[in-house]
Amino acid sequence: MEFLRQPWPWWVAGPLIGLVVPAVYWYSGRVWGISSSLRHLCAATLPAGLDYFRYDWKATGSWHLSMVLGVVAGGFLGGRVLGRPDDVVAIHADTRSALQAMGVQDFAGMLPADLFSLASLSTPAGLVLVVGGGFLVGFGARWAGGCTSGHAISGLASLQRSSLAAVVGFFVGGLLSAHLLLPLLLGATGGGP
Amino acid sequence: MSLASESRGTIGTAPRRDEPLWPYFGLGVFLGALFIKSEVASWFRIQEMFRFDAVHMYGVIGSAVVVAAGGVALLKALGLRDAGGRPIEFPSFDTTRVRPNHLLGGTAFGLGWGLIGACPGPLYALLGSGLPVMGVGLLAALAGAWTYGWLKPRLPH
Repeated sequence: MEFLRQPWPWWVAGPLIGLVVPAVYWYSGRVWGISSSLRHLCAATLPAGLDYFRYDWKATGSWHLSMVLGVVAGGFLGGRVLGRPDDVVAIHADTRSALQAMGVQDFAGMLPADLFSLASLSTPAGLVLVVGGGFLVGFGARWAGGCTSGHAISGLASLQRSSLAAVVGFFVGGLLSAHLLLPLLLGATGGGP
Repeated sequence: MSLASESRGTIGTAPRRDEPLWPYFGLGVFLGALFIKSEVASWFRIQEMFRFDAVHMYGVIGSAVVVAAGGVALLKALGLRDAGGRPIEFPSFDTTRVRPNHLLGGTAFGLGWGLIGACPGPLYALLGSGLPVMGVGLLAALAGAWTYGWLKPRLPH
């Protein structure tokens, strides 16, 4: 069981995620995706009479909502049973030094605790990263009609042009954030440490 | 875009009220553990990806696409039906068109992905791994989805 506690290499994780797409098609005829759950949760809690949320979310969304509830439980399994909260992610030394140059100090765990904590929400950087980033993820995923799962994996796997366009957008946005917004936000000068 | 046309791509075909939901919960548990243990839920890995410093994220996404495409091709070649006996409807190159919302929405999503370092699946998984701050991130994502629903009639598609 020790191997389950180690980080799972990409050549194990990627194919396992990939298998989900045909498995879900075969089992239910459905297109696998995760961000639709955000729409269903809005439709269930605060439809506010908007057309976008006027549909039978129980009929179309119960499977998504059951799945994401499972993802929360699976996060506990992966992070607390098969791992520890302070397990260090073995990123490339260049990424590490670039992030250090921007002022990131805490490299334990899935994300830097000096930027991501309830306390950090009262700082401008923490607020933009968590609330601004989260908002754009939800807004953009619904505008594009899917996120990494629905477009980058399900969509590219069936050669959808729309998904390729969305993935190009994901990278344009991500590159802007990683190379422009993040250094601005963390107050780095772009120089070395 | 009407709900009927969008339902093909993002909501799922043929709603069924009486199917068991536990298989989807089980699938979610598997995915949640996978997102954490493969580190795709890691903000550090996302920064590494957008800095082109390592193969890790490209390996995960690339091999996932290859395996998914192979599986979909096999289902098509064998003409398999789903467990309910219905023919499976696959969206394809020919049935999808590039529209402004894919590029604009995709870019907005990417901006957010580069900041919070997690896409929707990992957001749920990180919350479950014991990071309450990601509950705030998830609420912000819900606010984003709601705002999209509100502004949809005024946004280019």
